[in-house]
Amino acid sequence: MDTQTLIYLFVGASFALYIGIAIWSRAGSTKEFYVAGGGVNPVVNGMATAADWMSAASFISMAGLIAFLGYDASVYLMGWTGGYVLLALLLAPYLRKFGQFTVPDFIGTRYYSKAARVVAVICLIFISFTYIAGQMRGVGIVFSRFLDIPIMWGVISGMGIVFIYAVLGGMKGITYTQVAQYCVLIFAYMVPAFFLSFLITGNPIPQLGLGSQVNDGSGMYVLEKLNLVLLDLGFGEYTNGSKSMIDVFCITLALMVGTAGLPHVIVRFFTVPKASDARKSAGWALVFIALLYTTAPAVGAFARLNFVDTVNEQSYTEAPEWFTNWESNDLIAFQDKNGDGVMQYRAGNAFEGAPEFSDERGPSGERLVTNAPVSDSENEIYVDRDIMVLANPEIGNLPGWVIALVAAGGLAAALSTAAGLLLVISSSVSHDLLKSTFRPDICEKGELLAARIAATAAIVVAGYLGIYPPGWVAQVVAFAFGLAAASLFPAIFMGIFSKSMNKEGAIAGMVAGLVFTFAYIAYFKLANPAANVAENWLFGISPEGIGVVGMALNFAIAIIVAKLTAAPPPQIARLVDSIRVPRGAGGAQNH
Amino acid sequence: MAQDNLPENGTSQDESAYWRANIRLLVSLMIIWFAVSFGAGILFREFLDQFMLGGYPLGFWFAQQGSIYVFIGLIVFYSWRIHKIEQRYHVDDDDERSAGISGSQEGED
Repeated sequence: MDTQTLIYLFVGASFALYIGIAIWSRAGSTKEFYVAGGGVNPVVNGMATAADWMSAASFISMAGLIAFLGYDASVYLMGWTGGYVLLALLLAPYLRKFGQFTVPDFIGTRYYSKAARVVAVICLIFISFTYIAGQMRGVGIVFSRFLDIPIMWGVISGMGIVFIYAVLGGMKGITYTQVAQYCVLIFAYMVPAFFLSFLITGNPIPQLGLGSQVNDGSGMYVLEKLNLVLLDLGFGEYTNGSKSMIDVFCITLALMVGTAGLPHVIVRFFTVPKASDARKSAGWALVFIALLYTTAPAVGAFARLNFVDTVNEQSYTEAPEWFTNWESNDLIAFQDKNGDGVMQYRAGNAFEGAPEFSDERGPSGERLVTNAPVSDSENEIYVDRDIMVLANPEIGNLPGWVIALVAAGGLAAALSTAAGLLLVISSSVSHDLLKSTFRPDICEKGELLAARIAATAAIVVAGYLGIYPPGWVAQVVAFAFGLAAASLFPAIFMGIFSKSMNKEGAIAGMVAGLVFTFAYIAYFKLANPAANVAENWLFGISPEGIGVVGMALNFAIAIIVAKLTAAPPPQIARLVDSIRVPRGAGGAQNH
Repeated sequence: MAQDNLPENGTSQDESAYWRANIRLLVSLMIIWFAVSFGAGILFREFLDQFMLGGYPLGFWFAQQGSIYVFIGLIVFYSWRIHKIEQRYHVDDDDERSAGISGSQEGED
């Protein structure tokens, strides 16, 4: 069978599996729709959390970022795993003990205020939509490259699949679909990694392979060789970053705290039976996540080595097939600046901005770009970082079924995260805005219907954002973390660990954190991108890491305002006492 | 404070003693969390990079591999240790699995 047929087969089979699970696990009550009935086994929940968590950015973009950033990409590796320590130790067991459906539920009840609940809903919707745009974009990239259909139709097919199982099954359908998606995505990630590690080092375990010698007889270690090769081409050393230490520090912290504050992750811990299960479940989630996250650095390094090996100083007419495939998808470009027909891969940009292709072909047959060349760099290659994982099996010359597997895995990663996000958006609308704020008299059936309508609307908006994306995948996702770190995390944390935090303090803190972080990011990323350089940054902190300052601002303002206003009523102290001890979780649910 | 608690559920003294023990444990684990990631992976990375772990410079290894393994260890250790502390102060949720599940299976098929 040829690769294209295999891809259709693998993707089709995985979709059929998800839809089958959705039909089997339809939600009948709001409790099933919001938290899968609250009876999910902690290991199963850990696996679902891992799939929910590992998005198109983790699966598709992360290894590519690592390949091109080297040490600097450590911020993603530590940031996106260290957050689970915060979750397991500081948030998850207490939120589970509290025992309701949504994050705004907790904030609204703990801060005895509808206003606090509405502020939390606004933060949540903001964070979730920023995040979901990246997922739909990932779906689009996979579809357009592997199934040869336009990005728009790719996004629409993805939306259709998510619609079926998120709207029908709610959290229950999503949980069991995510377990299947985890299996697909981790298998799809590990198989090419084993192959590549074995090809390059002779050791099939990627985590060990990255620390081993290259089996080309030179006796050099992988990282040693990579450093040498890159220095030769004018890049910095792979194991040495170019970001400043304070920026690396702040981005890592913002990603960790942001992870712990992401509503679609937190809500997964509402689905286990009791508080101690929430801790175990976070541990399992991190084990399942770490499998991919400790493999990604190896995949990134191998991909960079392979890329240099197969592309640099190669004449375009003999370029490998994957190179021209991705070129025809606009994600790779070759601008023959010295006219020798040979591809020189060096440090620096080949030309200004993203490639604008004209319809003409150059003398060697390459697609011509109209961008102005960058004259002080000899580099002639433009490559989109997002393609590294997807192109890896082709670059490494792996068999067709591995390529098909990676296509199915990329879709599983994007769809599972999109579904989790759609769920928190729809439950915050139907439960927090409708049931708890504006229409308290709504009946169970009405609330369930509202949840389904909200999920449908959210899918349509997400699809629109996917077809007309506001940026490339990982960058869009990075914003959600800054906003979550600056708004929701401090409010939840103080709600558990401080009895004196009151509604005035919490609301002022959330608003200050959100507004500051949003304004900073919007200024440098949207309003004035030309000014986005280290000299203009506050304390040298980039927009990706500014969530840390927003978080500090949130804490400071909340504490000052709480000191100046009335203490919370006595029943709040009793509520805090009760969520601090694990005993009694079963009775804490009100449905 | 919690007069309405049944005696076998732990007294309010038990609950505050449990909470103090929990905070002490959390503080020490968060110090390790900080030390392996921000310490070894970022602040002291260049110093540690002079040592090698196989083909990995040590600081680089902490940043891209080691810290993640320690994170898992921290959660596993906390789960185990806090459970012991909960039992000592009679605030554990060991016998609540049945209650949680029977409460949750009402709507299941």
